[in-house]
Amino acid sequence: MNIIVAGCGKVGTAITKGLVKEGHDITVMDIQPKKVNDLINMLDVQGIYGNAADSDALAEAEVSKTDLFIAVTASDELNMLACLFARRMGASHTIARVRNTDYNDDSLSFIKQELHLSMSINPDYEAAQQLFNILKLPSAVQIDTFSNKNIEMVELKLKKDSVLDGMTLSDMRKKYKIPFLVCTVIRDGEIFIPDGNFTLKGLDRIGLVASPADLQKMLKSFSLMQKQARNIMILGGSRTSYYLAKKLSFIGNSVKIIDKDENRCREIASLLPSINVVTGDGTNQELLFEEGIRSMDAFIALTGTDEENILLSVFASSINVPKVITKVNSDELGKIAVNLGLDCIISPKKAVTDIVTRYARALHNTTGNNIETLYHIADDKAEALEFKAGADFSAKNIPLKHMKIKKNTLIAGIVRGRKTIIPSGDDCISPNDRVIVITAGHSFKDLSDILK
Amino acid sequence: MNRRMILYMPLQIIKLQALIMLVPAAVSLFYHEKSGWSFVITAAGALLLSIAGTAIINPKNKTIYAKEGFVIVALTWLMMSILGAAPFVISGEIPHFVDALFESVSGFTTTGASILRDVEIMSRGMLFWRSLTHWLGGMGILVFVMAIVNLSDSPIHIMRAEMPGPIVGKLAPKAKKTAKILYIIYIAITAIEILFLKLGGMTMFDAVVHSLATAGTGGFGIKNTSIGGYSPYIQWVITVFMALFGINFNIYYLLIAGKIKSVLKSSEMWVYFGIMAGATALIAYNTSSLYDNISELIRHSAFQVSSIITTTGFSTTDFNLWPGFSKAILLLLMVCGACAGSTAGGLKVSRILILFKAMNREFNKMVHPRSVQVLRLEGKPLDENVINNCLTYFVLYCLINVVCIFLTSFDKFNLETSITATISCINNIGPAFGAAGPASNYADFSVFSKLVLSAGMLLGRLEIFPMLLAVAPATWIKK
Repeated sequence: MNIIVAGCGKVGTAITKGLVKEGHDITVMDIQPKKVNDLINMLDVQGIYGNAADSDALAEAEVSKTDLFIAVTASDELNMLACLFARRMGASHTIARVRNTDYNDDSLSFIKQELHLSMSINPDYEAAQQLFNILKLPSAVQIDTFSNKNIEMVELKLKKDSVLDGMTLSDMRKKYKIPFLVCTVIRDGEIFIPDGNFTLKGLDRIGLVASPADLQKMLKSFSLMQKQARNIMILGGSRTSYYLAKKLSFIGNSVKIIDKDENRCREIASLLPSINVVTGDGTNQELLFEEGIRSMDAFIALTGTDEENILLSVFASSINVPKVITKVNSDELGKIAVNLGLDCIISPKKAVTDIVTRYARALHNTTGNNIETLYHIADDKAEALEFKAGADFSAKNIPLKHMKIKKNTLIAGIVRGRKTIIPSGDDCISPNDRVIVITAGHSFKDLSDILK
Repeated sequence: MNRRMILYMPLQIIKLQALIMLVPAAVSLFYHEKSGWSFVITAAGALLLSIAGTAIINPKNKTIYAKEGFVIVALTWLMMSILGAAPFVISGEIPHFVDALFESVSGFTTTGASILRDVEIMSRGMLFWRSLTHWLGGMGILVFVMAIVNLSDSPIHIMRAEMPGPIVGKLAPKAKKTAKILYIIYIAITAIEILFLKLGGMTMFDAVVHSLATAGTGGFGIKNTSIGGYSPYIQWVITVFMALFGINFNIYYLLIAGKIKSVLKSSEMWVYFGIMAGATALIAYNTSSLYDNISELIRHSAFQVSSIITTTGFSTTDFNLWPGFSKAILLLLMVCGACAGSTAGGLKVSRILILFKAMNREFNKMVHPRSVQVLRLEGKPLDENVINNCLTYFVLYCLINVVCIFLTSFDKFNLETSITATISCINNIGPAFGAAGPASNYADFSVFSKLVLSAGMLLGRLEIFPMLLAVAPATWIKK
């Protein structure tokens, strides 16, 4: 597919990287030649210098032949204008990044309709959503939901002396009698898509699929359960902080936001009257103690600087705050953060990359069993996908044990109506089922792609 | 520096060369010549070397950056040239290895300088191979490979290192597609030339061989008089096609895409045409007493100008006998070269444009020290890095010319021969003046001079940096 990515900032670069891996033909645009050059040198893409809303530059990028136009420049208004022009000049689909909180309410649907946007993306909001999910189940390092929250995938880090140490997966299922499936294991940086004979070890990072209710029960029996976070301290008054605080306070949690900038603090305080806003420098430990960091259930570092986030998260872990979450935008610093012992790291650009990748894949697929959700899981080493099985799916009503499925691929869940099935060998896929597939090393566009 | 990768990639590419060598073998078979076996033997050897080599050095980390790209290209060209020389030696048609290497390097770098005293006694398989090396070397063998397989995650580095010119852009988002487009254009124009030559009464073999040599702007002829013995029609066809292969291939792509407006705005193309017209007029005026009628005069002037500026090196007349002024013009054309992004050698018109603009800006700065000026080329602002790169390139280019002239002057020839032969080789033209003129050859040069000139040809074709990086100690020694 021909795709144009306008704006080569952090998000633009991440999206381009993801789409190049998928094999698309990509043209990137930016007003700064240096940013374009850096990207051309790193990836197999074509680059154009210019304003994304300049019709000459768009014509040079051959927007009329473009299947998908993605505007992720720093300005929301420019993104919207660029998408409008791209659409008028012949681009089939357009995606704009819209971050401003003013647009991200009821007016968003109006904007989408009037500009004929196919989709709007908001990395800050997606990150807030992800944080919110994790805080509901703090023992997890990552939570992804499928099929209207009927089924969830959580990633957990096992402790060194975990009860699961040395247990095979089939024993585990016999012992706990709860329908669940271990679909990924990361051990020493290597990914495994395990079968029943796989033996777990301490310090493994495992990915589990189950229905949300079963998940709670299961974590209790693994003695991994942490109580839901109630008192939460957020460092940095970014847009992500705003969305998160809004969601958390809505369900009655106590939230405290600390930010250096007095004006920003006042802004948040006026928008969200029910939360505590504190002006002060978060790197000042005295201030953190004064604001009661020791009695917090969770500490979330969401400032604009990765380094500050990492350092203060290390500090929070050292004084035993039960749950510490760190926002890290740079991939390299993310790895360093993991080495420093931080396990729960979120990156806003990753969430939107997943969304755009899924959208591009679904566009690319013209047959019936379309992709509904896509997550990169287990440190980007595997993918979790949700497909809707069509009537023409060739392996329908065949028990899974007789189905010939590609290597390193697992059918992790089937949602039929309101029923969630964690499949065993005797289950089969019927039309209109939503099927959750976990895979490493493949990129599927269609449910039939999983078959050999 | 990813040392495994810079050995691994050239060894992989040798596989393709082994396959390509079966083409001249087939030509030999067609004409019932025994020399065909030498290609089969070389191909088998190359294949063995490649399979064994790539099995031993199988790099885990396949990431390459710009510097690795440069070195990969340089090493590939070295290996290719050595393997390309093997059939000449094995068949015994060029018994000495250094001679064969010179011929092979001259072929791949599209120089067209020959050590053969009598080219007409060569077998047809060998003649075909010489022209095929021109064709492959013209657009670049790595670009050819790129059009077929995905060479690496960031192929732009390799493409930049092999494609001539100060700025290498892509025609399509993917390097693979870009390479494909370039080769399709290349093959199409070559085929059209074959057709035109065939219509002029050439035999199929002659038409193919000359078209391949024109396309790569090489210049290996198959007659001792180069193109001189062919009809005026054929000479005109070759004149036009040489000029066409000197144009930036992006222009053809724009033409196909229907963007006539941007084609007409290309300043490099207009300057290139302007230089050709001016040089032809001046030479015609200067040599008017040498030819009987005006059509002959214009034809010879235009042919020589087109041949030299595109660095092809065919000739229809012995321009060594021309007056000094005309020879001076030809010498300037040798250095100038044709457009960037074509198959030609030399400095390239766009680089000269940038150099002049940069010079102008410096003068302007002396008068108005506080002035800020952004240089533009083809309507786009030029990156300061590109300008700096051009200036550095020019300094290195002059330096290498000077050093090579010094080294070849140890030979027994006069200074005119040493100077022009060196400039001719570094700019990938072929014939020069004096003892290396179009009517003579490089056979009498010493072994040392032949090696120096071979190195010069490779330096010139790959635009210096890749070769220098390949021999730089930092590439090979861990610090």
